[in-house]
Amino acid sequence: MATNAQNLQSAIKNRSEVEKSLDRSFIWLTRIFALAVAATLLWIALQVTRDAWPAIQEFGLGFLASSTWNPVNNNYGVLPQVYGTLVSSFIGLLIAVPIGVGTAVLLSENFLPAKVKLVLVFLVELLAAIPSVVYGVWGIFVLVPILSNLGKWLNTYFGWLPIFSTPPQGPGMLPAGVILAIMTLPIITAISRDALISVPSSLRQASVGLGATRWETIFQVLIPAAFSGIVSAVMLGLGRAMGETMAVTMLIGNSNNISLSILAPANTISSLLANQFSEASGLQVAALMYAALVLFVLTLVVNIMAELIVLRVKRL
Amino acid sequence: MTSHFPESSLNRAPMSPRTLFNTVMTVVAFICGLLALLPLVAVLSYVVIQGFSSLSLDVFTQLPPAPLRKGGGFGNAILGTLLMVGIAGLISIPFGVIAAIYLTEFSSAKIARVVRFATNVLSGVPSIIAGVFAYGIVVLTLVKLNLGSYSALGGGFALAILMLPIIVKTTDEALQLVSQDLRQASVGLGATNFQTVTQVVLPAALPAIVTGSTLAIARAAGETAPLLFTALFSSYWPCPDGLLSCRPDVLFKPTASLAVLVYNFAISPFANWKSLAWAASLILVLMVLITSIIARWATRQKIS
Repeated sequence: MATNAQNLQSAIKNRSEVEKSLDRSFIWLTRIFALAVAATLLWIALQVTRDAWPAIQEFGLGFLASSTWNPVNNNYGVLPQVYGTLVSSFIGLLIAVPIGVGTAVLLSENFLPAKVKLVLVFLVELLAAIPSVVYGVWGIFVLVPILSNLGKWLNTYFGWLPIFSTPPQGPGMLPAGVILAIMTLPIITAISRDALISVPSSLRQASVGLGATRWETIFQVLIPAAFSGIVSAVMLGLGRAMGETMAVTMLIGNSNNISLSILAPANTISSLLANQFSEASGLQVAALMYAALVLFVLTLVVNIMAELIVLRVKRL
Repeated sequence: MTSHFPESSLNRAPMSPRTLFNTVMTVVAFICGLLALLPLVAVLSYVVIQGFSSLSLDVFTQLPPAPLRKGGGFGNAILGTLLMVGIAGLISIPFGVIAAIYLTEFSSAKIARVVRFATNVLSGVPSIIAGVFAYGIVVLTLVKLNLGSYSALGGGFALAILMLPIIVKTTDEALQLVSQDLRQASVGLGATNFQTVTQVVLPAALPAIVTGSTLAIARAAGETAPLLFTALFSSYWPCPDGLLSCRPDVLFKPTASLAVLVYNFAISPFANWKSLAWAASLILVLMVLITSIIARWATRQKIS
């Protein structure tokens, strides 16, 4: 018996050195690639900062407060573009958040049979799959004419309000905001719905058991419980809206002026980059890189905050 | 002693403010759902109607016409899109899959959390920033080396940056779904880590990885912003003497793509160019929609 066991022992050979080192190097290889993915963010930040350096030295933080963009004199500032980026995103969210959260409630409650809900969830996802440039073309030919008529009406009757104080010229802040609302709807709906679905059902049962109606339950129990998830959905939507390029470029009118009226044309950082990069040279490239860095930092802050909220929710 | 309760006391009064509020809000929720679907229907129907009327066999085989000339097409843009998406896939798919293997198979919980966090943040980076980055890395480098400037390589690199987080995420999820028993069985039979991953885990997760990569490719094909100043555009064939006699310098030349063609032609004042833009929009939309639907259907099949 003993000899048998010894035979078996010797039959199980140790792995050869080649196999061991191959295995170890495979693990190292995957580790390097994984860390490289994480480091890509850093690499983008460093590269864009490096290319922007001449402009950073030239203009400093005044770049954010100046509103000239003059390639002839090489004098640059991005205040109007930052303003346009924030305001157009804000208009987009103003429309998309109520509709998105409403749709999320509709798709998380049992208003509809499960099969119909699945189809609807998929259709809302498809909204996110349509390329940005197609939204832009559609916006030019369909949305702008419709909104021009609406804008004329608003300007005629509500022209005394600063936000409707200019006659519409076709493209402008409003069409850009509306297209951003359409483009941020899917992400806001999907993430809010996930948050609402993951609220423990005992909360709902307790609320209904105490005699609350369905909507009292939704407003006073479910939405407060899913609030952080909904906030992160809105933040992610904001990040998307600020970085959105093609559709906005085609609809916002690309004018580097700050106007309080949402019917007037405006500009965003991403539109500025899209319009000028291919024809820029010298300091203008550096200034555009600087503008890109501003946009990168803005979206990064928003996305990191959204992700941190999601992580906190997951841990609870 | 029978006590008399009013009959209706346990039903909701149909006209009480609470019940009314409930009904009104339900209607509002349905209106929200309709408003969310309205743009989808509007965009799709418009693109299909406009696109089909300008679609012909010529658009796949001809070069873009001069303004005010009839006919023409965007065969070179289709080839250019395929070329750049191909470059992006060659870079990002192996990279993303290998990185995801580390996350699910070998990493500590802490490192995995950091890398997943970074991946999520990376997927939120605006596409135009990927373009700016590729401009700095590829375009400026090519200028320095006197090899060219705007090129398929730059466009492909920008698209790769956009695809990478999607590939990592989908592969990561696919590998997590592979049951632990398979791994243990493989190791128990004496397989090394390398053999376990390549011969057991990856084949089991392959369908989901392929689905995720296909979706990422479809998304990348519709991206315009990062190509505007990395690949630019071109009105010529990438390989004028036929595909077989292609030389590697095709990678260093400005390259047309469907997405940039839609942008350039839609904002032009020429009717013929506009109709080509619609046809190209239709092709882009159909491509993304069909891949999304097939991907959805494939994953649905597996779950049921």
